[in-house]
Amino acid sequence: MATTSTQRFGRRLASSVSRRRLSSSAGEIAVQRSQNPSLNLCSAINQALHIALDTDPRSYVFGEDVSFGGVFRCTVGLADRFGKSRVFNTPLCEQGIVGFGIGLAAMGNRAIAEIQFADYIYPAFDQIVNEAAKFRYRSGNQFNCGGLTIRAPYGAVGHGGHYHSQSPEAFFCHVPGIKVVIPRSPSQAKGLLISCIRDPNPIVFFEPKWLYRLAVEEVPEHDYMLPLSEAEVIREGTDITLVGWGAQLSIMEEACLDAENDGISCELIDLKTLIPWDKETVEASVRKTGRLLISHEAPVTGGFGAEISASIVERCFLRLEAPVARICGLDTPFPLVFEPFYLPTKNKILDAIKSTVNY
Amino acid sequence: MALCKRKPRGALKHIVSQFELLKQNRSTLPSLISAPKPTAAASSSSSSSSWLSKLICDPRANWVSRTPLSSPRRFESTVAEKLPRFANGVPDSLTLDFPGGKVAFTPKMSFISESPKERAHCYRVLDEDGQPLARSSFIQVSEQVAVRIYNEMVTLQTMDNIFYEAQRQGRISFYVTSMGEEAINIASAAALTFDDLVFPQYREPGVLLWRGFTLQEFANQCFGNKADYGKGRQMPVHYGSSKLNYFTVSSTIATQIPHAVGAAYSLKMDKKDACVITYFGDGGSSEGDFHAAINFAAVREAPVIFICRNNGWAISTPTSDQFRSDGIVVKGPAYGVRSIRVDGNDALAMYSSVRAAREMAIGEQRPILIEALTYRAGHHSTSDDSTKYRPANEIEWWRTARDPVSRLRKWIVSNGWWSEEAESELRSNVRKQLLHAIQVAERVEKPPISDLFTDVYDVPPLNLREQEMSLRETIKRYPQDYPEDIPA
Repeated sequence: MATTSTQRFGRRLASSVSRRRLSSSAGEIAVQRSQNPSLNLCSAINQALHIALDTDPRSYVFGEDVSFGGVFRCTVGLADRFGKSRVFNTPLCEQGIVGFGIGLAAMGNRAIAEIQFADYIYPAFDQIVNEAAKFRYRSGNQFNCGGLTIRAPYGAVGHGGHYHSQSPEAFFCHVPGIKVVIPRSPSQAKGLLISCIRDPNPIVFFEPKWLYRLAVEEVPEHDYMLPLSEAEVIREGTDITLVGWGAQLSIMEEACLDAENDGISCELIDLKTLIPWDKETVEASVRKTGRLLISHEAPVTGGFGAEISASIVERCFLRLEAPVARICGLDTPFPLVFEPFYLPTKNKILDAIKSTVNY
Repeated sequence: MALCKRKPRGALKHIVSQFELLKQNRSTLPSLISAPKPTAAASSSSSSSSWLSKLICDPRANWVSRTPLSSPRRFESTVAEKLPRFANGVPDSLTLDFPGGKVAFTPKMSFISESPKERAHCYRVLDEDGQPLARSSFIQVSEQVAVRIYNEMVTLQTMDNIFYEAQRQGRISFYVTSMGEEAINIASAAALTFDDLVFPQYREPGVLLWRGFTLQEFANQCFGNKADYGKGRQMPVHYGSSKLNYFTVSSTIATQIPHAVGAAYSLKMDKKDACVITYFGDGGSSEGDFHAAINFAAVREAPVIFICRNNGWAISTPTSDQFRSDGIVVKGPAYGVRSIRVDGNDALAMYSSVRAAREMAIGEQRPILIEALTYRAGHHSTSDDSTKYRPANEIEWWRTARDPVSRLRKWIVSNGWWSEEAESELRSNVRKQLLHAIQVAERVEKPPISDLFTDVYDVPPLNLREQEMSLRETIKRYPQDYPEDIPA
């Protein structure tokens, strides 16, 4: 099925880092537009939250500043529509937000907690790892907090520095009992978030803040869910498999387009759910291409790319034509003026594609 | 949420509807002034019975006016002033209107003292001889309830002794006693209904006992056998029972407190006639989760009772190394939470205060903090020898002269409700049942290997299914590496 780049990522407006090439025909876009309204990522998430609260009267949205609409406007209109008892500001305390959310979820409610930036999730790490992740297991399934979903904006934003740019997904991928989900686009985000909210396990949902306003695409207006733990091949190819998630995928796609000009056919996979992750889809792709490249913004050492690499090498060692490549952030705190140097850029990825193919 | 289906026994049902004060005269409590309603958003329901509103006093009634030694002479006075709580009745020309509400201003610089002139008073009903204090006010407890409370305190005490010995004999791996805290455990439980949710720390098995958790069920968990509701996954004393609304214990300190607040908010939103009770120790009150939770509870107006068992010790750390405040009770008002300090070794005081707290929590939809003063008469756990950090004769004194079980016994004996025969019969029966429960639990087989992999998620994901298959093959190849009593 030939999905257009627009359909895969939404239309990214001009950014200081890169321009996207749109590979769709104008006619196709025109048809699309009349079917579904165009939304950016934060509006799509807003819609998902409206639907979640509308379809379950025992669901709640809470966190710092969510009442007026949120610092990223993801919660606009919710308090007005559903009331201040269901959509409310919490005190400035992440451990309290998550701990309170666990208690709410333990009573069968859907507790949708917002952490204002993923950079500030660490005070809640104990509650997530020692409590939420183990709540069902330690009780012998007498209790669970599956209704808990924690949303947090993550990732580079161009000027965020140490504390507004982090990608902490790897910390959470090491915790049995929770799921970690990261959408790449508005339509994906809506369907995945609704799935996360309804999934009977506690989930951390990282939203690529870079795309909140920049990514725009047609998003179906109805209530729909996208499956968790299913990776998606968003671009088919034969020479090398690329795996990524979130905002990084659009960078990777640009590298794939450039590589195509050099006669390299790239297969691009959106992992979507990082744990439990869909090894089968990645393995099937690597069996086809014989090469793997993983890219993420988070620092390379101990990043989730290491897990994917190790697992695939275990499964596909004899099939591999080259070492698994990881093009990731540097092992430094996320810098401000050096951000363009820190990030895994299209050209870094392109270089790695070529050297992997020419190994 | 599984509402408990057990009906309270006949006597309890009678008690739940009963609600009398025994003595009417003014007590030794501080002067009772009704706290004025805050100008900020008032709580939803406010119709507390009038007798409850008489129990509330001004938070700073006892605050000191102490002149610091280094006060500069040019100030007239550095006496701490008792400011009205909210500037009602003060002319606007004397108030400031910063965010947060009006506040009267003063040209005199004065600091609120770091410590009160005297410590917050401690509510007690019975003296050490089990006799009601003169002019004590408490909620009447019938013979049936009092005797039941006593029975369960003895059962808890006996269970603790026997399980502790079982650990020493190597039959269970670990145990935590609640010695010295039997009154807190049982009397607080007796003051609640089975619909009230319990979020324990780990020194409150008495609450489970009161609700009907059997000695066999306790033993099963300690032995981690197939009948353990926790499926053998956690250390002994990590009990949990959804049917009794008792959330599973976790070793982490104070993490349950914010959960309790979230659960209480759920009860509030579902308009349930129930509250949440959560327990923690003096040590737990230092954890961030305590402060986070009590602040959330105040802001969300959640019907939750916080019970701090201030037993003087957090393992080897005395309270002098834990905080500099006057215990935990003074922290409540700092968060806008109504609080009381209670003699935790006095079953009747515990019972009355928790009953009152429950009515306030549900009727006014607010949190309540109870600091129960007590003493940890046992070691922290079987991994601890507390004689290493406190005198053995101190432990012994609290275990005997200040034993809460004996104290209640004296009261029920003096009422003619208990006898020596009943005492020895109770103790020997309980002991027999416990020994039997242990023998049975020891022989029940362990949970199967599949229970290692279930409940991590609602459904085991692929990686766990693969790991289970791989592990089973390994077990077949190297059975000698694995315990024999865990079936495949």
